[in-house]
Amino acid sequence: MLRSPLPGFRLAIGCTLVYLAVIVLLPLAALVLQASGLGWERFFTVISGDRALAAFRVTALAALGATAVNGIVGLALAWALVRYEFPGKRLLDAAVDVPFALPTAVAGVALTALFARNGWYGSALEPLGITVAYAPLGIVVAMAFTSLPFVVRSVQPVLQDLTDDLEEAAETLGAGPARVFRSVVFPAIFPAYLAGLSLAFARSLGEFGAVIFIAGNQPFHTEIAALLVFIRLEEYDYQAAAAIATAMLAAAFAMLLITNAIQLWHLRYLRTDR
Amino acid sequence: MTSRQRPRVGDAPVTRALILGFAIAASALLIGGPLAVIFAEAFKPGVAAYLANLGQPDTLHAIGLTVATALLAVPINTAFGIAAAWSIAKFEFPGKSLLTALIELPFSVSPIVAGVAYLFVYGAQGWFGPWLQEHGIKVMFAYPAIVLASLFVTAPFVAREILPLMQAQGSQEEEAALTLGASGFRTLWSVTLPNVRWALLYGVMLTNARVMGEFGAVSVVSGNIRGVTNTLPLQIELLYQDYNSAGAFAAATVLAGIALLTIAAKIVVEKMDPDAARG
Repeated sequence: MLRSPLPGFRLAIGCTLVYLAVIVLLPLAALVLQASGLGWERFFTVISGDRALAAFRVTALAALGATAVNGIVGLALAWALVRYEFPGKRLLDAAVDVPFALPTAVAGVALTALFARNGWYGSALEPLGITVAYAPLGIVVAMAFTSLPFVVRSVQPVLQDLTDDLEEAAETLGAGPARVFRSVVFPAIFPAYLAGLSLAFARSLGEFGAVIFIAGNQPFHTEIAALLVFIRLEEYDYQAAAAIATAMLAAAFAMLLITNAIQLWHLRYLRTDR
Repeated sequence: MTSRQRPRVGDAPVTRALILGFAIAASALLIGGPLAVIFAEAFKPGVAAYLANLGQPDTLHAIGLTVATALLAVPINTAFGIAAAWSIAKFEFPGKSLLTALIELPFSVSPIVAGVAYLFVYGAQGWFGPWLQEHGIKVMFAYPAIVLASLFVTAPFVAREILPLMQAQGSQEEEAALTLGASGFRTLWSVTLPNVRWALLYGVMLTNARVMGEFGAVSVVSGNIRGVTNTLPLQIELLYQDYNSAGAFAAATVLAGIALLTIAAKIVVEKMDPDAARG
């Protein structure tokens, strides 16, 4: 099993496993156990309550919307950063990392200020009848902001590694640019694109800080699942908080499995590419 | 990369202008706008008012608590990231891909879920809560819980930055150092870490930015006590809810500044070692 002549395996893996057990697994186990203390029936009653269901629906729909925005903006950004040379390219590349590094609460107050009725964007959108702040659209904007880097950073390396010969061959065979993109380029980046989208979606499902400032947080209308957990905690309803949080954890695990499956599929593509 | 004369897909001037224009306009609106509005709002009442807002005792205390949290959480997660990357990059063992997935798990878990989970370990209704209370140890709604929640949320960052690089570099240099009589730690310190230093630097800075900016998990476990357990992001929320917009944005400029520094570090890292930095 230990084919490497290097020392320190036991120490390093020991520290890694103990740390993960204490910092990550112990709390998650405590949460799941707390929720299982409710019994199936109670658990199901809590997570299928009207307000919880509405919160799940708002969260999932907004996350879908944000993922769709990222699917377009992220792909365009990845394409521009790989395929084109232009002044300010390095700056644009760095800008993509801003949502990773900027705290979510800071993003939340900034987006709210922009989209508020008297804000830079809000005052331009109001005459058009579009309300973003304190409306469902605001949740989409906040989620799209925090998950923007995922699609770009997933697609970028694959697009970079794409060799020219396939495209050239397709062109030689008479395919126009649209055909080459559809039949050659897009299939090659598709697994990475899908993996990026699923990462963005998963991140959006759990987003809290950026959303709560701009959402308005009205029950049944603009209340996300993470906020409902928080509200139940403040009401000292720990069982309901545990149940809703466990449902969110289950969704996160499902998204993780899907993402990993896509990435395995993606690896198969990479191997045939090289 | 091959230099080729023929234009590729998307190189037609109109297509290029459309895609590039859209990408630049979208990032200016979605990323540039929020950054600009933070500083505009913070300095709207003037520089003197900005400094006075930053100098409020509660805000200063929040800055202090945030720095204290980072001082503990960042070194711990750096050590963890190095240990994890060392075991995964340099050894073969069963369950390796499972371990890699486990390390990335905190990325997928909502920070609120993480905070609630900690409550059920250390809170009054949690596993260790009664015991801790009996012995007069305060974890929940205090500094220890803030550090623990930050550790959870930022656990993957250092490993994620240095692991691909360590895997790509293999173990030959380490083997040479050991043959020459260096100890394991000496090898790690003088061979492995210098080889990944730029990625490590970016990983540490990203961990720091995320620790200082963590909101959801910390807001569950800190108890939000003004001037006592409020970190900087929580203080921003509090000021914002108090309709003290200028104060909130003044505090926000500190965190935005740290974020911009982190990104500047990444640009430097990429210049120093083009293979080092990734998403």
